[in-house]
Amino acid sequence: MVHGEAWTLKELFVYPNEYIYWTIQIVMYPFMTGLVAGAFVLSSLYHVFGIKQLKDIARFSLVFSFALLPVAMIPLQLHLQHPERGIEVMLTPHFTSAIAAFGIAFSTYGMIVASELWFVYRRHFVETALALRAKPDKSPLERFRYLLFSTLTLGAWDISAHALEKDEKAVKIMATVGIPVACLLHGYAGFIFGSVKANALWTTPLMPFIFICSAVVSGIALCMLVYMVTMEIRKLMAGWKRKQDPSLPSPEAIKSMEMYEITMTSRYLVYALIAALGLELLDLLFRDYAKFQSWEIVRSVIFGQDFVNIFIVQYGLGNLVPLTLFLLPRITAKRAAVATILVLMGVFMMRWNLVIGGQAFSASFAGFMHYELPIIPHDIETFKEGLIGAILVGITPFVFFWGLNKIFPVFKYDDSH
Amino acid sequence: MNRRDFLKNSITVIAGLAVPLSALELINPRKLLAEKPDGSRVRWAFLVDTQACVGCGFCVKACKTENEIPHETNITRTWVERYVVTKKGKTYVDSPKGARDGFTTDRIDLNEEGLQEINKDDVEKAFFVPKLCNQCENPACVQVCPVGATYQTPDGVVLVDRKHCIGCAYCIMACPYAVRSFHPEYKTAEKCTFCYHRITKGMKTACVDACPFGARKIGNLRDPDDPVTKTIMSGRIGVLKEQYGTKPQVYYIGLSKEVK
Repeated sequence: MVHGEAWTLKELFVYPNEYIYWTIQIVMYPFMTGLVAGAFVLSSLYHVFGIKQLKDIARFSLVFSFALLPVAMIPLQLHLQHPERGIEVMLTPHFTSAIAAFGIAFSTYGMIVASELWFVYRRHFVETALALRAKPDKSPLERFRYLLFSTLTLGAWDISAHALEKDEKAVKIMATVGIPVACLLHGYAGFIFGSVKANALWTTPLMPFIFICSAVVSGIALCMLVYMVTMEIRKLMAGWKRKQDPSLPSPEAIKSMEMYEITMTSRYLVYALIAALGLELLDLLFRDYAKFQSWEIVRSVIFGQDFVNIFIVQYGLGNLVPLTLFLLPRITAKRAAVATILVLMGVFMMRWNLVIGGQAFSASFAGFMHYELPIIPHDIETFKEGLIGAILVGITPFVFFWGLNKIFPVFKYDDSH
Repeated sequence: MNRRDFLKNSITVIAGLAVPLSALELINPRKLLAEKPDGSRVRWAFLVDTQACVGCGFCVKACKTENEIPHETNITRTWVERYVVTKKGKTYVDSPKGARDGFTTDRIDLNEEGLQEINKDDVEKAFFVPKLCNQCENPACVQVCPVGATYQTPDGVVLVDRKHCIGCAYCIMACPYAVRSFHPEYKTAEKCTFCYHRITKGMKTACVDACPFGARKIGNLRDPDDPVTKTIMSGRIGVLKEQYGTKPQVYYIGLSKEVK
């Protein structure tokens, strides 16, 4: 069996070599990088534009963006037929290809996020390390923590007011530089699709902009959702722990979710959502008006076999319903949570309809291909490029976030930034 | 010298240098080689006579054997399409298994839609079109390869380095002719090479040798006495999907508007 045969159904005339080669992992890839870029843009709103109300969620989304970063690469690795050679994209890039820019965009962005994080948390590293150093007999775990945190300070132990001020300035610079780089990282993913002239659905110069807008939408939505959920979980856990040890602080004493953070963030989400929706509809209108040779088959996919996916699930449930939920007055946390889940689903469906929808018709314009997502894997390929692989990719950032939270405490830490 | 003077002087020097430098033209060494009379003296091109093809599929079978593409897999480096146009103007196209075994039934294979019976009296015209890699002058697949594993030889053939291909499928996506696929064993991008291992040794491609009707021919565009070149230069020929700007180098005699 050749690659793609396991999940492709052909209808009418399709060239013999045509299969759905880009599958669920290529849906996950722009979805995940979009979340990374969007989360970073959200954190920059606070650091660059000084929107003070976003302080809590900004620090949170910065750490989360870092947790998402390695995950943007995993779907690509899982989709490669030779994952062991994946590193060659970085080592021997062929610069006529859009993908060759991946190494540069990805590592630049990674370094910016890492250094911004370091400046934000430097004081924490120093304080933790100093506290551990002062402790007389350390347990092996404490000794490890001491070693870890003193390494993380990178030898910069100065936490005088003057030094911290400099840190703050550096954070601002990193956050400012980071915005265009985050847009580049994701806009480039859009360019990869938009520049494939052989694919009638993908070819459009609007693609990078559509990608950036929907990235911001999804990034903000995920940060809002995870922020709300973790805040609630922390409260629940505090209540539960207090039953065993009454000396712990009560759930009320724990800093809880701030509603103004939610309303403020949702406003930015709405702006980005309107921009994304506008661009997508412009693209659709243009295609329908210009009527290129390919339009006949593209239209039959958009308005025919993919109608429910595109108009009901993506635009309806994923865009218009949450837009209404956000715009109705007196927003509540529950309503915001429902809206963010719908938004995330909408952006995922947009990626799905683009990647899978773009391969739903043959380059002969005379036939169709249907994608059957492998649910129960029966070999390594249907595992990697099936439901299980996609779910694994979806879970990983939360595992990373849990680990990173031990080093970069998002919640307990009261910093000057 | 203070900083202001230093900057001023530097700008003057740069501006002054820019004028004579702009008079120099950067020469592309490949362009130079092509313009030199003794440069690459070969540019492979293919000529398909659709009027001679009967759809026997010998070419497909020969190709699979020659190039070690497992016989049973559905991917193929070359294939033959059958076109049946009815009197009402409806076009039916199929290529069951790439026509590896030829066309053994009158019914059209519509994949999931099953086999379509067409009344012989309704048929306006019917013909066969062999397909293979167009070895484009401006290959989209070579451009998009992120590691340079696929490349164009000086005599115009696009090849894949199996030791280097990472299997990202970007080239498969970029090819408007869908001639690329994945090799079931090597898991690398797979495509027609005009049997490069044969043509560079003075032989014909496997499909050309296998064709009993002379529907397939290979030739050298740089040789004006080559019969293939003569036909391409003086005959009425067409190419596939010109609108993509890839400059395909497989030329067709008797191409019909229905051909996709």
